Amino acid sequence: MSARILAILRKELLHIRRDPRSLVIVFLLPILMVLLYGHAVTFDIRDIKLGVIDEDKTPAARELVEGMVSSNYFRVSGTLERREEIGEAFLHRRMIAVLIIPRGFGAGLGSRSSTEVQVILDGSNANTATVALNYIRAYFTSRSLQANALLLQLPIDLQPRVWYNPDLKSVNFIVPGLVVVIMMLICALLTSVTVARERETGTMEQILVSPVRALEIIAGKTLPYILLAFVDGLLVIVFAWIWFSVPFRGAPLWLLFYALIFIYTCLSFGIFISARVPNQQLALMFAMVSTFLPSILLSGFVFPLASIPRVLQLLSAIVPAKYFLVIIRGIMLKGMDGAQLWQPALFLVLFGTLLILISVKRFKINLEG
Amino acid sequence: MEEHYSVVAEEISRHFGDFVAVDRISFKVRDGEIFGFLGANGAGKTTTIRMLCGLLLPSSGKARVAGYDIYTESDRIKADIGYMSQKFSLYEDLTVAQNLEFYGGIYGLRREELSRTIAEAIATTDLKQHLDKLTRDIPAGWKQRLALTCAILHAPRILFLDEPTGGVDPISRREFWGLIYALAEKGTTIFVTTHYMDEAEYCNRLSIMHDGHIVALGSPRELKERYGKPNIEELFIDLVRRQSRAAEAGA
Repeated sequence: MSARILAILRKELLHIRRDPRSLVIVFLLPILMVLLYGHAVTFDIRDIKLGVIDEDKTPAARELVEGMVSSNYFRVSGTLERREEIGEAFLHRRMIAVLIIPRGFGAGLGSRSSTEVQVILDGSNANTATVALNYIRAYFTSRSLQANALLLQLPIDLQPRVWYNPDLKSVNFIVPGLVVVIMMLICALLTSVTVARERETGTMEQILVSPVRALEIIAGKTLPYILLAFVDGLLVIVFAWIWFSVPFRGAPLWLLFYALIFIYTCLSFGIFISARVPNQQLALMFAMVSTFLPSILLSGFVFPLASIPRVLQLLSAIVPAKYFLVIIRGIMLKGMDGAQLWQPALFLVLFGTLLILISVKRFKINLEG
Repeated sequence: MEEHYSVVAEEISRHFGDFVAVDRISFKVRDGEIFGFLGANGAGKTTTIRMLCGLLLPSSGKARVAGYDIYTESDRIKADIGYMSQKFSLYEDLTVAQNLEFYGGIYGLRREELSRTIAEAIATTDLKQHLDKLTRDIPAGWKQRLALTCAILHAPRILFLDEPTGGVDPISRREFWGLIYALAEKGTTIFVTTHYMDEAEYCNRLSIMHDGHIVALGSPRELKERYGKPNIEELFIDLVRRQSRAAEAGA
């Protein structure tokens, strides 16, 4: 390695060491995010707060409610007397679904005609309402089947099996996404901020009057962050494995290889930003808006890309996180062979190279501003 | 004759949009002299120095620094010049020694060479006592010395100093000029900008800048005699007034 790259590299390490608070954040943040996302952002909803209006008051009605509660998906959070009370209960969030068992339910159950129950849902959180409704539907379908022996033989018997994540645990789905977001955050955000800091203090100018080449500056400044990003990614995976038993089914070496490619793309993004903004604050804002947010919102990390509007889908095509997410989920959850994932990797390489090529030229010229 | 000049500028200009920061100025700096640029803030001194150091491309005109063309040979120029900006571009969170090692390092100096050069440099600038202190903890005068030392580690032939004494006490300023004289005696060409009139007197030759133009050029003594003024300060004020009147008449 050239003496000039080494000099920059050594100095960058000194900066990191002199600032232990930032270092703590760099290592604490990933753990905190795993804990938060793992525990809080869960899409499987349990203990749905159910209200009951039992106008029938028969053993059959009571059994219906007990059956729901025993599934563990529902918890009776209150009984109401009249329908007029539902609005009040929703407003105070005491319940999100109310089951109404009308008079004659028990009697009707024995007869030949079908009998009715009603469910009213609080749709202000559409996600929860949808999930709750699905659970309720599933429950009543199976109850109906039990009630009517004639229908016991269905023409088609569906036998579902969910692969790669049999229990449909959200955390398995979230953790690979977290690795992506954290790597992106460290690489793109930290590099763009450090370059902007040098521009602010005037030291970048002092470096640029020396014979150092733009690529040497970039290499020296980014290498320490490559290391940090790796350590953080590893930290997330290992911690999630210990704490949430998130599986790792594929070959770690393939993931390591693709992670390098992703880091390369992220760093290019960081350099691309820093070649354009004059100070740290702008760099921080710009990096947040252009890397961090899309990595969470437009990568498929939280929201499935298939269900977002067409325009945003097109936009997501240039979000690097989206491609690495395909790779990391493929390797961690599906145990895919790395060679099958060359397509998203190729995109990352091309995108990163494009950004670097634009930035290297821009890097020096930008000083004139 | 060209090889006797460290800097040759011919009609160089720099525009920023509609604003003309430097307007077709020409001058020559002889090898080994202390050449001063005197002017108010915004006169175009810093823009000129940045063009000569390769930090900024001129809008038009030609210039050679250390014998190399500033458009096509800026890499070779960079190895031969030292530059100290008015901000004392130092890393405040690093120690004095670490700053020196870094700036020596980016000029490609390797370990042994680096430590030998640093030892020599700190001997002349007296920085030894502060080597292990954090740069943010030393007084401004010492920061200035450190910035100068960082700029001369690679033994440049030409040293560009952009308002090197801003924000520093008079004693430190005097001592700083002592160091500059010592460098010039060893053959380094010094190109210095300032708006201090007393510092202008220290220069071998002086060019006075106003609104992007060079309005007078010569040794301090020549200039004082030519315009019949007792000191540079009165000379400067007189020149600036004349220029402003001429500009008003023109408008």
